[in-house]
Amino acid sequence: MTTAVITPEEIIKKGKIVFEKTKLINDGALSYCPGCGHGVAHRLVMEVVEEMGIWQDTIGVAPVGCSVLAYEFMNIDMQQAAHGRAPAVATGIKRVFPEKFVFTYQGDGDLAAIGTAETIHACNRGENIVIIFVNNGIYGMTGGQMAPTTLSGMKSSTSPYGRVVETMGHPLKITEMVATLPGVAYATRQAVHEAKYVRKAKKAIRKAFENQRDNKGTSVVEIVANCNSGWKMTPVESNKWLEENMLAYFPLGDIKK
Amino acid sequence: MTEEIIIAGFGGQGVLSMGKILAYSGIMQDQDVSWMPSYGPEMRGGTANVAVILSNERISSPILNEFDTAIILNQQSMDKFESMVKPGGLLLYDPNGILHHPERKDITIATIEGAKEASALKNKKTFNMIVMGAFLKIHPIVKMDNVHKGLEQSLPERHHHMIPLNEDAIKVGMAKVKIIHDLKRIAVEN
Amino acid sequence: MKQVKLMKGNEAMAEAAIRAGADAYFGYPITPQSEVIEYLMVEEPHKRTGMQVLQAESELAAINMVYGAAACGKKVMTSSSSPGISLKLEGISYMAGAEIPCLIANVMRGGPGLGTIQPGQSDYFQATKGGGHGDYRLITLAPSTVQEMADFVDLGFELAFKYRNPVMILSDGAIGQMMEKVYLPNQKERLTNDEIIKLYGSWATTGKPESRSRNIITSLDLKPEKQEIHNIHLQEKFKAAEENEVRFEEIQCEDADYILVAFGTSARISQKVVQLARNKGYKVGLIRPITLWPFPKKPIAKYANKVKGFLSVEMNAGQMVEDVQLAVEGKAIVKHYGRMGGMIPTPADVLNALEEKLISNK
Ligand SMILES: Cc1ncc(C[n+]2csc(CCOP(=O)(O)OP(=O)(O)O)c2C)c(N)n1
Ligand code: SF4
Ligand SMILES: [Mg+2]
Repeated sequence: MTTAVITPEEIIKKGKIVFEKTKLINDGALSYCPGCGHGVAHRLVMEVVEEMGIWQDTIGVAPVGCSVLAYEFMNIDMQQAAHGRAPAVATGIKRVFPEKFVFTYQGDGDLAAIGTAETIHACNRGENIVIIFVNNGIYGMTGGQMAPTTLSGMKSSTSPYGRVVETMGHPLKITEMVATLPGVAYATRQAVHEAKYVRKAKKAIRKAFENQRDNKGTSVVEIVANCNSGWKMTPVESNKWLEENMLAYFPLGDIKK
Repeated sequence: MTEEIIIAGFGGQGVLSMGKILAYSGIMQDQDVSWMPSYGPEMRGGTANVAVILSNERISSPILNEFDTAIILNQQSMDKFESMVKPGGLLLYDPNGILHHPERKDITIATIEGAKEASALKNKKTFNMIVMGAFLKIHPIVKMDNVHKGLEQSLPERHHHMIPLNEDAIKVGMAKVKIIHDLKRIAVEN
Repeated sequence: MKQVKLMKGNEAMAEAAIRAGADAYFGYPITPQSEVIEYLMVEEPHKRTGMQVLQAESELAAINMVYGAAACGKKVMTSSSSPGISLKLEGISYMAGAEIPCLIANVMRGGPGLGTIQPGQSDYFQATKGGGHGDYRLITLAPSTVQEMADFVDLGFELAFKYRNPVMILSDGAIGQMMEKVYLPNQKERLTNDEIIKLYGSWATTGKPESRSRNIITSLDLKPEKQEIHNIHLQEKFKAAEENEVRFEEIQCEDADYILVAFGTSARISQKVVQLARNKGYKVGLIRPITLWPFPKKPIAKYANKVKGFLSVEMNAGQMVEDVQLAVEGKAIVKHYGRMGGMIPTPADVLNALEEKLISNK
């Protein structure tokens, strides 16, 4: 097999498009720190929505967290929910618009701390929605406080000497938890910090939206991501740290399918 | 005496800590002080500024629309704060990266090549102390022994070995400050 | 000698909680007050005094943790900023009903909704007029300096236990984030369990010994006759607080033609306006309510016949101004000047407003 080598000149040559941003991601700068995992996760969700041809029928719910402005970046109808309440808001939308595609996009603090009750009960009702759960093990937005998913011993501004599980609880594997609920059709954990993971994550998101199309119940796609700012690392360091530490505790793959 | 100062530049330039050291130095000479920063995640890699007030009286408003001194470390801050210097006040800036230099004739204008001098010292972190030295040369509002105490108070103990380096940087700033427009006819010996 | 430090308002409040001998703090991160819990986590007060600190999963959880711990007669505190306080209101109403003392700090930001993370004062109504359901009042302290952020913690606990009612420190993002010189209070010992039983054993759930009947903490009474009696009892407490706890500061009001009324950050700005106005030859004074509830009605009313007008300066659309109007009872002009959405008025803005709304109107 010969691999095609593309020269820069060829790339520039008109008509040779090798990559195109989905039209569902708006032009203009994202508000994320350079190197942050949120940007790729946004792109994948929007690519799937575009490829399935459902953008006119898709309503997204943005959380409170760094992705609070997701509605600025995703060129579809979006709502912005109070902190942790996105699954309840999505429930409301889906109940009045059962034929629409509804998804939430939430961080770990939003989904697994303040919104635990909303998460569990939406899943338990088997709400026919997609939950995209970006787990970066920290509260990025508010400046790096401990999240429910912060690893044992991991430092944050509210666990300055490292998370002590005896008093602060254990990092919460909420995707495993909700996978036990009969209402959940699909629960999976993915990552986006390298191309090979990105491809798989996109397949998972696609499957989640197809489940919604087929009325199968709740689909939860967890994406383990870096927060280089919150972790106080360079983007490259944070990807390495993610691989070595986050993935050791939060193993990738389908939990329920 | 009351000195109302705005220090403004990029996040990461040590703007906030310069203000803190000035404020602590003020406390060491029994003054009232306030330190009012811009805050929030929008500061990530963006602009940072802090209004610092040192006074012998009870400080009223920490929020100000005019300043005795503006210490300006990037163009955005120049655009925002040049006009807010009180007539007769001081504008001190690092010309590095400044495209539109200040043109006011009713204030004293001085420059300090902070970035350049910091790389000459082979330590980028001395930048803010170089700039502070330049300011203290023109307006010696805090005495050097109080600055020393202020450094002791504001730096965590594990960084105390850095105090001499910081003091050297202040001296560099004092030596290298240049008066561009001398309203008060302050003699600065280079 | 008291220890002097340069601290943020949020940090000073956290340190003061340790020094007040607080038993516990429960919170949830939110800008611009996350430094409170961050500071406590760094300080590890369980090592200094035995004080417990926990990051809850939400403000709803945090306030209910406060409910449980405070109902045991312990000194308990929580803090948040505007959207988080909205979540706590349910718990606050329950605590007022069940007569549980506790301290809540709101480091306000601009609203409504998620609003902004910049400073605001738009939760004045929420704090002073109820906010939660039912007939209750929150004793509300409004610090305007970092020193008061520290001092009002101990005062707040004292008032909370005196009236067995929640007390709120109503601050804002500017005071929370600002650093000033602060003299820290000396460390108070935490009460021992025996002391708690002695002081609060008549109501707190400290464990029922043979010697007394059980203590029940509840805000429920299904019999309306009895619930009304309970309400009358609460109202009597609130009346007593109105008579005894009014606190305020007066600056240059004796000869004033115009009086600014302002609290917190707005009061700091207004102090400068008093100077600027007097430099221009206007006789201007300032009344700074320190307790927003009970509101200093009489001190304001005292000037109603003497001045040409009052200007209520607030970082909101006009909330406290209604209380100023009630105090003045139509005897003088009362105007409002405010900025909203996280905007902070400058001294020049306020002076302009004073000239436009009152002075040149004459
Ligand atoms: C009721 C309420 N409490 C607290 C906050 C402050 N707050 C904003 S975002 C956030 C945490 C977000 O963390 P996460 O969900 O992990 O998202 P990330 O920023 O890491 O993507 C918090 C605590 C709020 N906005 N509302
Ligand atoms: S703080 Fe973290 S999660 Fe937020 S944008 Fe930056 S890297 Fe991403
Ligand atoms: Mg997170």
